[in-house]
Amino acid sequence: MKFLKISSILLISSSLLFGCSNSDKGAAPAKDQAKETTASSQDSFKEVTDEYREYAIGEIEEFVKATDAFTTAVKHGDIEKAKQLYAPARMHYERAEPIAEVFGDLDPKIDARAGDVSEAEWGGYHRIEKGLWEDNTTKGYEQYADQLMKDVNLLRAKVDTVEVTPDLLITGAVDLLNEVSTSKVTGEEDRYSHTDLYDFAANVEGAEKIYQLLNPALQKKDAELSKEIQTRFANVYSLLEKHKNGDGYKVYTDLSKEEVKALSQAIDALAEPLSQIGIVTEAS
Amino acid sequence: MTTGNNNLEKSSTETKKISRRDVLKTAGIGGIGVLIGASGFGGLLSITESKATDTVQNDIIPFYGKHQSGITTKTQDHVYFAALDVTAYEKPALVKLFKDWTEAAALMTEGKPVGELSSNEFLPPKDTGEAAGLSPSNLTITFGVGPSLFVKDGKDRFGLKHRRPKELVDLPKFPLDALEEEWTGGDLCIQACADDPQVAFHAVRNLIRIARGKAILRWAQPGFQRTKQADPKGETPRNLFGFKDGTVNPNFKNEQQLNKQVWVQPGDGPNWLVDGSYLVVRRIQMFIEVWDRTNLREQENTFGRYRDSGAPLGQSNEFDKLDLKSKKENGEYVIPVDSHVRLSHGDGSQQILRRAYSYSNGMDVKTGSFDAGLLFLCFQRTPSKQFIPIQKRLAQMDKLNEYTSHRGSAIFACLPGTIKGGYIGETLFN
Repeated sequence: MKFLKISSILLISSSLLFGCSNSDKGAAPAKDQAKETTASSQDSFKEVTDEYREYAIGEIEEFVKATDAFTTAVKHGDIEKAKQLYAPARMHYERAEPIAEVFGDLDPKIDARAGDVSEAEWGGYHRIEKGLWEDNTTKGYEQYADQLMKDVNLLRAKVDTVEVTPDLLITGAVDLLNEVSTSKVTGEEDRYSHTDLYDFAANVEGAEKIYQLLNPALQKKDAELSKEIQTRFANVYSLLEKHKNGDGYKVYTDLSKEEVKALSQAIDALAEPLSQIGIVTEAS
Repeated sequence: MTTGNNNLEKSSTETKKISRRDVLKTAGIGGIGVLIGASGFGGLLSITESKATDTVQNDIIPFYGKHQSGITTKTQDHVYFAALDVTAYEKPALVKLFKDWTEAAALMTEGKPVGELSSNEFLPPKDTGEAAGLSPSNLTITFGVGPSLFVKDGKDRFGLKHRRPKELVDLPKFPLDALEEEWTGGDLCIQACADDPQVAFHAVRNLIRIARGKAILRWAQPGFQRTKQADPKGETPRNLFGFKDGTVNPNFKNEQQLNKQVWVQPGDGPNWLVDGSYLVVRRIQMFIEVWDRTNLREQENTFGRYRDSGAPLGQSNEFDKLDLKSKKENGEYVIPVDSHVRLSHGDGSQQILRRAYSYSNGMDVKTGSFDAGLLFLCFQRTPSKQFIPIQKRLAQMDKLNEYTSHRGSAIFACLPGTIKGGYIGETLFN
């Protein structure tokens, strides 16, 4: 398999780029080279990026279906059913977050938490979550359900236009775990329903998918690193397993401080080696 | 040409405003052009910055040697102390950790980053970067192993049980101990001392990062003394009660004295610890509000020294010999029987090497008082003959106990030093 020494070319082209702001000479070659890098690096990972694209679109499609069921329950005033559907539906979104988040305008509409946007603008999943768990009602939330469904449908339509690049995967894998470290571990994501562990697990699964796709390339580069990452994923899953409740997960507030800390440190232990996955872009 | 140049200028101005996260978000849509601009620009900047460290060469304490540094090293202005729990299950992982730590620590004490910047910009930098361009600041990094590394919950974790020295056991419970689990114990410890707090923190941060997946933070506490700039004469530092602390300490240059009191000698126990030393850590909360409303005579009677000069009561200079026999007209000792200095001294046969630092952790949320105190660090050859008997006396009747509370405690065997090519811990693991 052909690997391109993407980094050094990047560096060369970017130093030219940097120097070029003041000079006409060299501008054109730099630009050409940049294009070349893009094309070749994407070629060598085309299979991987295509497969990821398929995976992400699959998750978004499931997300559309699950959101449909969820918003329908809200509109029918079926609080219990809506509560049941809430967390599992979100998992599809959380798994595909590197792609879903590309649309900077839709992400806040679907997934903003209280305080992320102004009260007047606040809608989406977490707004309805507040209605279901805190106000214990669906009354007055029908409009949010309608808007959410529209936004999720729009997301599905837009996802087809996403160009999945190797760097989106490399950065996305660690970013998914960073999401866990900064908002799931703290219990801030689902502050009314305390269903944070669903999002937690989904982020980890999303990161694992990327790891699996890049793994054949990683194996050739650094088999030990690959094994290390695999062990650490297994460790996180075994901790999550302890907090299972039937098909789902316990409410986050049931976890002790020590259990939360153990999860947080396990994510750190996983994310550190996973952050080295960028070595797959180096020439053999 | 002209058009190209315009584009390029545009992309590098955009660069400055784009965060890493934004790059990810736009990468899929905007294509790779912006991405190259952004990461290339950042990469160049940081490469230039890291070169600056190479020019600084002073303020270096050698890392390699017979003993670990940071024990008989002249006490630096700041400490960052961390206790860790090992999460690895196998000895090879532990050995790898100590090898990696040794290499990184040696580099950092020379003011160098733990790794050069990779040319692959899809990787995070090896060094966390906040010490770039800073002086080595007399950084020392001292590693120790706790009793629980050998046996935990009755389990011989790494096949090291038979190598545990008799002295390396949890400290006995002393009267008045108010130990909290969150400040107690640890399988391993890192003591990073430097004349700059950022350099000390950088050292521990990078070592913890290297340890990910093998060991985790159990507790951590930064500490400070007055800086050398503030005290160019280098007088004995004062603790947060305003008293000089550390007047009586072994002479760091007197090898004979150090061999007697600080360094573990052949025949003391297992050979792997020869030239090492035992570290006892106590995190002692000081009720400074209570102290501040105590009258001066009471304060001085509590310590057994004058606050201003640091001299023992009845004497005039800080380093005057303690006169424990003199009595006042009323028959009471000049240096009270329950004073800190008298009880610490005992019969004078026990001495420890103290390297204490003050700490202030903001406010105690429960009481609204300062959360402040002393991170007491002391080194010795035989804890059962040094720290333990001293602390027993103090815990029983030290007047200072009214103003303090021992919240944290740990004991570690600080490994002997190593030479270039070897690693800290080699004597234990081989």
